[in-house]
Amino acid sequence: MVMIKTLYIFIILLSASRLVAGEIILQSTTSTKNSGFYDYILPLVKKSIDVDVKVVAVGTGQAIENSKRCDGDVLLVHDQESEIEFVDKGYGVKRYDLMYNDFIVVGPIEDELNLRNETDIKTVLRKIYESQKIFLSRSDNSGTHRKENKLWELANLKPLKYSGGWYLETGLGMGATLNIAAGKNAYTVTDRATWISFRNKSDLDILFEGHPALFNQYGIIVIDKNFCPNVNISDAEKFVKWLMSEKGQEIIDSFRLGNEQLFFRSN
Amino acid sequence: MDFIIEIFNLALELIISFDEVVFEIVWLSIKVSFTALILSCLVAVPLGTVLGLNRFFGRNFLILLFNTLMGLPPVVVGLSVYLILSRSGPLGWMNFLYTPYAMIIAQMILIIPIVTSLTCQKVEELFMEYRELFLSVRVKKSQQFWVYLLDARYALLTIFLAGFGRAISEVGAVIIVGGNIDHVTRMMTTAIAMHTSRGDLSLAIALGLILLFIALLVNLTVFILKVIAKRFGYD
Repeated sequence: MVMIKTLYIFIILLSASRLVAGEIILQSTTSTKNSGFYDYILPLVKKSIDVDVKVVAVGTGQAIENSKRCDGDVLLVHDQESEIEFVDKGYGVKRYDLMYNDFIVVGPIEDELNLRNETDIKTVLRKIYESQKIFLSRSDNSGTHRKENKLWELANLKPLKYSGGWYLETGLGMGATLNIAAGKNAYTVTDRATWISFRNKSDLDILFEGHPALFNQYGIIVIDKNFCPNVNISDAEKFVKWLMSEKGQEIIDSFRLGNEQLFFRSN
Repeated sequence: MDFIIEIFNLALELIISFDEVVFEIVWLSIKVSFTALILSCLVAVPLGTVLGLNRFFGRNFLILLFNTLMGLPPVVVGLSVYLILSRSGPLGWMNFLYTPYAMIIAQMILIIPIVTSLTCQKVEELFMEYRELFLSVRVKKSQQFWVYLLDARYALLTIFLAGFGRAISEVGAVIIVGGNIDHVTRMMTTAIAMHTSRGDLSLAIALGLILLFIALLVNLTVFILKVIAKRFGYD
């Protein structure tokens, strides 16, 4: 009897956390969560429009797959190509440019390859490629991984054939990959938000930044109700509308970590 | 060395200051794993006892199956539960995904084989010991069932601890089905994984120490219970 009673109490306690109206699930890329962006912005969302946003932070590729299975109401990722495809195929209503920042190349602080003086990402990658210094690839279908692939393509190089040699595919998130980079003193491509908020930098530093090809656009999409009948469309749209409004964009622009601005308004 | 001292300081600070965020995730971890343990035991203890006491066709197969399932990779459990509970999955209508319920289900799948296998083994041991006695005094099967359980109760406590340990320390499954959502499904282990990916290694290990501390408290409670029982001759 005692066991059954205890069980009953636990079930009551747990039911407090069931999904209710006024709540949406945001399938998100990790950089926005790991940088503390949501901790900053979601209380303001709650205050302004009374919507509780529950964030599931996974890589862009997985966030899109989860959304295709209807396990979210809003999708916030950073791979424009697959976002457009997502909307075109009828999974999402409309895609908005939410905000942007940029990708950077990080590596050993001594900068043996003298990448800091380069002006073109193609030369930077070529130097790493030719020196055969260890480079870490996310290889997890995330936005950053897709960007990295495009950059190698741009430089007309095919590092994949060296996989397991100097080109290492971690298959992990950005943070986990940066931890490995710190341990192996290796090169990798990361988004700026994750880098700034990352606290285990060890002997790594930014070696290259500021090239137009490194632009990092974040997009936001409401999942289509016609495809996923369970979507909490009214709150999802309220949320996206708020983020895209003058006020929402101003708040995105005002988020700082230390003294650095991590995301820049797109609208 | 400084690094180690820093971690211990941080862990102590988090415990002593009764940090609200930490307390919330600790409490959720305990709630979820404890519920998963109780629900699992309701299934696994009778199941293990039946397996241990009876001889029937397919019994060896079942024992082998449960023993094998003790090694279930949590990530696979997480993915399977995810696909089933996903809004587009067979049980999507229950809206369990990304709630503590989903995490309880995943943990149950991990615990049940452990409790079943270990209970079965213990009960079988006792069965060998008592079989002839029970046969000679004609004790009914249903009565035997309770005698075995009663006799195995201290072993069962240790078995529960093993199950609880598996549940509360597991991350691969709960992070997939729970989503590590702040204030909803963030547990000790998923928080540790999150802080690791933020490169905040000392906070991650400090949380790990707190997890260990909780495990210690649970084990200590059971240990004391056993000692008291022994003193009063109930062993």
